[in-house]
Amino acid sequence: MPLYLNDEQTMLHDTAKDFVAEHAPVAHLRSLRDSNDPAGFSRDVWKQFAEMGFTGILIGEDQGGLGLGHVEAGVVLEEIGRNLSPSPFLTTAVAAVEALRGSAQAERWYTGILAGETVAALAIDEGAKHRDRVALRAERAGNGFRLSGAKQFVTHGHVADMLIVAARTAGGEDEADGVTLFAVPRDTAGLTATPERLADSSVAARLTLEDVAVDADAVLGEVDGGRAVLDRALRAGRTGAAAELVGVGAGAMDMTIGYLKQRKQFGVPIGSFQALQHRAAHLYSEIEVARAAVLKAQQLLDAGSDAADEAVSVAKAMTGMATTLSVQESVQMHGGIGMTDEYDVGFYMKRARVLAEMFGDTHYHADRLARAAGY
Amino acid sequence: MTDLDTFRTETRAWLAEHCPPEMREPVRADTDICWGGRRYDPAANPPQARWLTLMAERGWTVPDWPKVYGGGGLSPAETKILREEMAAIRARNPLNSFGISMLGPALLKYGTEEQKREHLPRIARGEIRWCQGYSEPNAGSDLAGLATSAEDAGDHYIVNGQKVWTSYADKADWIFCLVRTSKESKQGGISFVLFDMDSPGVSTKPILLISGYSPFCETFFDNVTVPKANRVHDENKGWDVAKYLLGHEREMISGMGLASGGRNPLVEGAIATVGLDRDGRLADPLLRAQIAVFEVRAKAFAAMSERFIDELKAGRSHPAQPSMMKYVGTELNKARHELMMAAGGSDALEWESERSRGGAGARAWLRTKANSIEGGTSEIQLNIVAKRILELPGA
Repeated sequence: MPLYLNDEQTMLHDTAKDFVAEHAPVAHLRSLRDSNDPAGFSRDVWKQFAEMGFTGILIGEDQGGLGLGHVEAGVVLEEIGRNLSPSPFLTTAVAAVEALRGSAQAERWYTGILAGETVAALAIDEGAKHRDRVALRAERAGNGFRLSGAKQFVTHGHVADMLIVAARTAGGEDEADGVTLFAVPRDTAGLTATPERLADSSVAARLTLEDVAVDADAVLGEVDGGRAVLDRALRAGRTGAAAELVGVGAGAMDMTIGYLKQRKQFGVPIGSFQALQHRAAHLYSEIEVARAAVLKAQQLLDAGSDAADEAVSVAKAMTGMATTLSVQESVQMHGGIGMTDEYDVGFYMKRARVLAEMFGDTHYHADRLARAAGY
Repeated sequence: MTDLDTFRTETRAWLAEHCPPEMREPVRADTDICWGGRRYDPAANPPQARWLTLMAERGWTVPDWPKVYGGGGLSPAETKILREEMAAIRARNPLNSFGISMLGPALLKYGTEEQKREHLPRIARGEIRWCQGYSEPNAGSDLAGLATSAEDAGDHYIVNGQKVWTSYADKADWIFCLVRTSKESKQGGISFVLFDMDSPGVSTKPILLISGYSPFCETFFDNVTVPKANRVHDENKGWDVAKYLLGHEREMISGMGLASGGRNPLVEGAIATVGLDRDGRLADPLLRAQIAVFEVRAKAFAAMSERFIDELKAGRSHPAQPSMMKYVGTELNKARHELMMAAGGSDALEWESERSRGGAGARAWLRTKANSIEGGTSEIQLNIVAKRILELPGA
């Protein structure tokens, strides 16, 4: 399979590009930010995403979705990144859909996701840095379980209809086995979600669970064997975050290249100065390499390849580096105007930082690759 | 099964049967590479000679060239499968040559039918080794400023001048060479000619480099007779050919950024010298971190190379994209060798010992420093990307 978008994927790209730019451009983010919108995203736009079929990209045709893959989800995510669109697409339509896949819970939640009525969130992180450790306890109680502990960096967690919670049902905190995944409705007694506004104006919740009672059918996958489901959801989430990062990096870069052509100093466009040309050309190279790494990971995931896991970490780590470079170079090459709130480029810097941290940063994934390679 | 699945199965079986075990070992030194040519001695390395013959018979030294010119006539998808299957068994390239990677594509695009039939099959079989006469003492990054003259003498030219940094000129049989046929215009006064290095008036002088090797030469032309039939494309249109060929050269050099086969000499070397701690991590945490981040870049670049080749074959690549590939690939290769030297410590400093295979690592490290100079410096590549891809205004 050639490593570029096929004709159908290119058509989807054109559709997504126009749609996202029209319905959720950077101005949309700015207006939500200015009105201090409590949700952090627009339910109306989420419904429009559903009407376009986007929320069903990864849901099988037999369940009412489009039955497409991670390449197609990534096409939409890159445009979300480019427009900085606040959207539950990554957590709900990508990561949660993968976590739910094949479980009885899928029937319950897919309908709402397809309709753009349901939002799902991932409750995985327990510290400031993403780690493999799971400490939140789930004890057997009667016909179900009782969950107690805390989570953080739960994007959309304060408004989500359902939370996917990684919990410890056996073994020590650092063990791979003994983890169980639960689909927990947010209105379950004992669950408190405290919204925290982040630097990029998105909202992530800190969760506290105190004896939260769930039925046995809330379990996704096997009891104690949830790591396989978690890994599947994380592979999807990481690849999706990488695609969104490429969009953020490319968006900032394009904005900057445009500025270099238009802004004049010393009587000439500043883009005619070699010092800036070389910075811009280096940046272009980094973004191109990152884009290729993301597409490789998406294609391998869709093919069900054993090599996908490595490619996913490469994609997340590389996009973290490339987009972090892009937003820094973009502010620098814009000069003073890049530091103003009125100008959009600062929004790109903030969004890049949040996405770089999500589902493991560059260091986490470089370390993960090194361990897998035996050093 | 699709036709491609069948092709993969058959290719895998053929390679398994015919690729000699010796040709599945990593390339350790330049002498392990088969360059072909008149001076090539098949008896020096019989498995290598057998591998070249078997692959050339199928046209697989140049799998995507037309069969009529000695190629394999494979489609882009089939060529990719062949490369993947060769990589899977770590098969060496049967033949390395500037004829394959640089002149061949230019002849396929600009050569006359006669020129193609004369030169391409001999390139494919490794019978003629080519060198490239581009840079001159006063024409490096400003290549179009070249001065080597080709004076019109009826049915032939008389060539006078000097080239420099001519790779393996002392070992090559023929040269593809940029010469000035007009002083009226800088780029529009250049022609692209081919001639035999045994022609009277051609001499070469190897240049000793910091690695202790002499892969490059100074090449002198003193009243060399070159038939006009050996000119590729029109007179004074040689710059078009030169640029097209440089794209292929940059593509080839960018490949140096790729790790070879399934093995990773950087990681293996670091484990051997630094060792692992009780948790199985490299015992030097800062070196480990640098290697891990480098490996992310190297693997991402491997994906970029795959994407670049696929887009190129499908005619979807920007014509200046090889400049980006060359820039990233060569900078990565330099970084890899810096890390290999850091990992190797004082072992890696030995210059002559048997243990160090004659200082192979140190010499290779020094050799990579030319990667970001030859074929157009990194700075020239960035200029090209800025102007042609990003369309930033001229200074």
